[in-house]
Amino acid sequence: MADPVLSLRDLRIWYGAERGAVRAVDGVSLDLMPGETVGLVGESGCGKSTLGRGVLGLLPEGAGHAGEVSFKGRNLLDIKQRELRSMRGPELGMIFQEPMTRLNPLMRISDHFEEVLQIHEPKIGKKEARNRSMEALRGMGIPPTRYKQYPHEFSGGMRQRIMIALALVLRPAVVVADEPTTALDVLVEAQILRILADLRRNFDTALLLITHNLGIVAEACDRVAVMYAGRVVEQGPAYDVTTKPSHPYSRELLRSTISLSTTELHSIPGAPPDLVSPPPACRFHPRCPNAMAVCAQQWPPTEATSPGRRSECWLHATDRIPVGLEQPLQREALAASEEA
Amino acid sequence: MSRGGSLRGYILIRIALMIPMVWVLLTTVFLMMRVAPGDPITASLGGKLSPEEVAERQAALGFDRPLIVQYFDYLWDAVRFQFGTTITDNQTIGSLIVENGGATLTLTVAALVVALVFGLPLGLIAGRYRETVPDAFIRVFAILGYAAPPFFVGLLAQLLFAQNLDWFPASKMASPIVQATAETHTHILIVDLAIEGDWEGVWDVILHLVLPATTLGLLVMGVFIRLVRVNVGQALGGDYVEAARARGVPERRVVSRHAFKNALIPVVTVMGLQVALLLGGAVLTEKTFSWPGLGSRLLDYLTNRDYIGVQGLITFFALIVVVISVIIDIVNALIDPRVRY
Repeated sequence: MADPVLSLRDLRIWYGAERGAVRAVDGVSLDLMPGETVGLVGESGCGKSTLGRGVLGLLPEGAGHAGEVSFKGRNLLDIKQRELRSMRGPELGMIFQEPMTRLNPLMRISDHFEEVLQIHEPKIGKKEARNRSMEALRGMGIPPTRYKQYPHEFSGGMRQRIMIALALVLRPAVVVADEPTTALDVLVEAQILRILADLRRNFDTALLLITHNLGIVAEACDRVAVMYAGRVVEQGPAYDVTTKPSHPYSRELLRSTISLSTTELHSIPGAPPDLVSPPPACRFHPRCPNAMAVCAQQWPPTEATSPGRRSECWLHATDRIPVGLEQPLQREALAASEEA
Repeated sequence: MSRGGSLRGYILIRIALMIPMVWVLLTTVFLMMRVAPGDPITASLGGKLSPEEVAERQAALGFDRPLIVQYFDYLWDAVRFQFGTTITDNQTIGSLIVENGGATLTLTVAALVVALVFGLPLGLIAGRYRETVPDAFIRVFAILGYAAPPFFVGLLAQLLFAQNLDWFPASKMASPIVQATAETHTHILIVDLAIEGDWEGVWDVILHLVLPATTLGLLVMGVFIRLVRVNVGQALGGDYVEAARARGVPERRVVSRHAFKNALIPVVTVMGLQVALLLGGAVLTEKTFSWPGLGSRLLDYLTNRDYIGVQGLITFFALIVVVISVIIDIVNALIDPRVRY
């Protein structure tokens, strides 16, 4: 088996807040193989986007981090800002959620492309930069005649394709796509997902696809990591996780997805926890239908449930639950505090 | 895709729209002058002449006709750029503008240069390094500059830099000898001197300019600094700036190319609005520094109740504001491709 191109080990990212640190990412370990698409799913506010930005070192001032983000054998958290900057683009790319505002309104599409190419490949000639950019755009279905136009002359879907072309023109080894289709309609969404799927086939680019849409994961990803309150609670092959989830949170999340056969909306009661003072032990226990007494007292172990699959839940380690703690969790008091 | 507007179309429409703007403006000036009690003849000669003679002179100037007739008469004159002759010193508004406009132009342009040269970088620094010590100093400086009235700042400047330190002359546009010997070409003294090759004279005018231009510049600089600061801060937090960082664009370039240019668009617009502030400030600054411009003339006419002079000069000032605002809109369209009709 090949070595992972990107590997997160016990990554922690927190933001300073007046009440205490907001632990947005709290001990995540995740591998990304060359050419692999890994979906990162979870509710809003679970730390997905922070994780994605953390990989590129794009965190706002005042954010702290610990752990390891190793890329091609080097820890990105240790290297100098200047060096990390020069890796953004040619090594690590990023695609954002809202394409409408991600291009500089005062710069032509051509200026955007020629700027990145000249920064990262200073020896490139003007003509070659032009050819490479047009080729990247053509790959995304943007005609070369529109190369000199301004961002406001394109639709949202086209702008997202331009953003993708702009990320790919340098052929990065890893691309983080942060909800790339959330702001677009379903037809354009399908188109963008096809483009992203082609991408790994053609360039061997590894893709970390951040989304809250499990349908996209099932369709576009090789593997999936489910995030809850800053932690990856389950990861494994996309097909297995989306058909037979092993963590109660993944199961509930999957039940909440809307499909054509949906007759009644399902939602997970409660809200994602406060990341300043998250619930003790398993973060999900206040909302978990399967919660046991142990879940509120001791960290659940991370268990390999099948090859390539891991789940952080006491349900898979029932033999190790201390005696007397396997009965269902009594939760009246908690429910009341949740209300406040 | 494109909404079909061309830059040329935009400029033409913008210029055509000046006509109704100027019309509203002329009407306002006319009505304001008529609302003020009395009329120019009574104000300046009342008591010195018999009522019959006053009425005679009023009739001669047409002030006894119905307001609507006077209004259309005034409009017709305005269309032909005829604003009449001042009562106190018998000058046409046209010759006034030619004689004194140069000094005001010199002062306001110099003030604008001072405001831009110092205001933009200071605003950029404050916006780039927000919530730091330099930012705090720059902000306080900006507020003081904006809040302090020009006649007060001007007096302090005269006291410190002219009286005590004797670095710069305290008043007037040039030394008497330079003023007296200058040949007239353009009625802009500094340009005339440059045409004559009298570089000592040019330097003399520049020395005279420093204090009034800085006084007036400070006023506008305060606005620029705060505006640039806010806009740079906003632009730096913008989506396309984060996207540029994600592509590995160096921070220096992110600031200069992506954030600063976008932050400048509102500044260009506000700069147009500042012309009014600049002209208003010029009136006070000119008086403080005995600067021989239109502003000090306007104050003279106001104190002497020379309504023809006041009316003519205010119309001229207002016209300038209109023309500049149109120019600013066009410049804006040149910078920002989204601005088109």
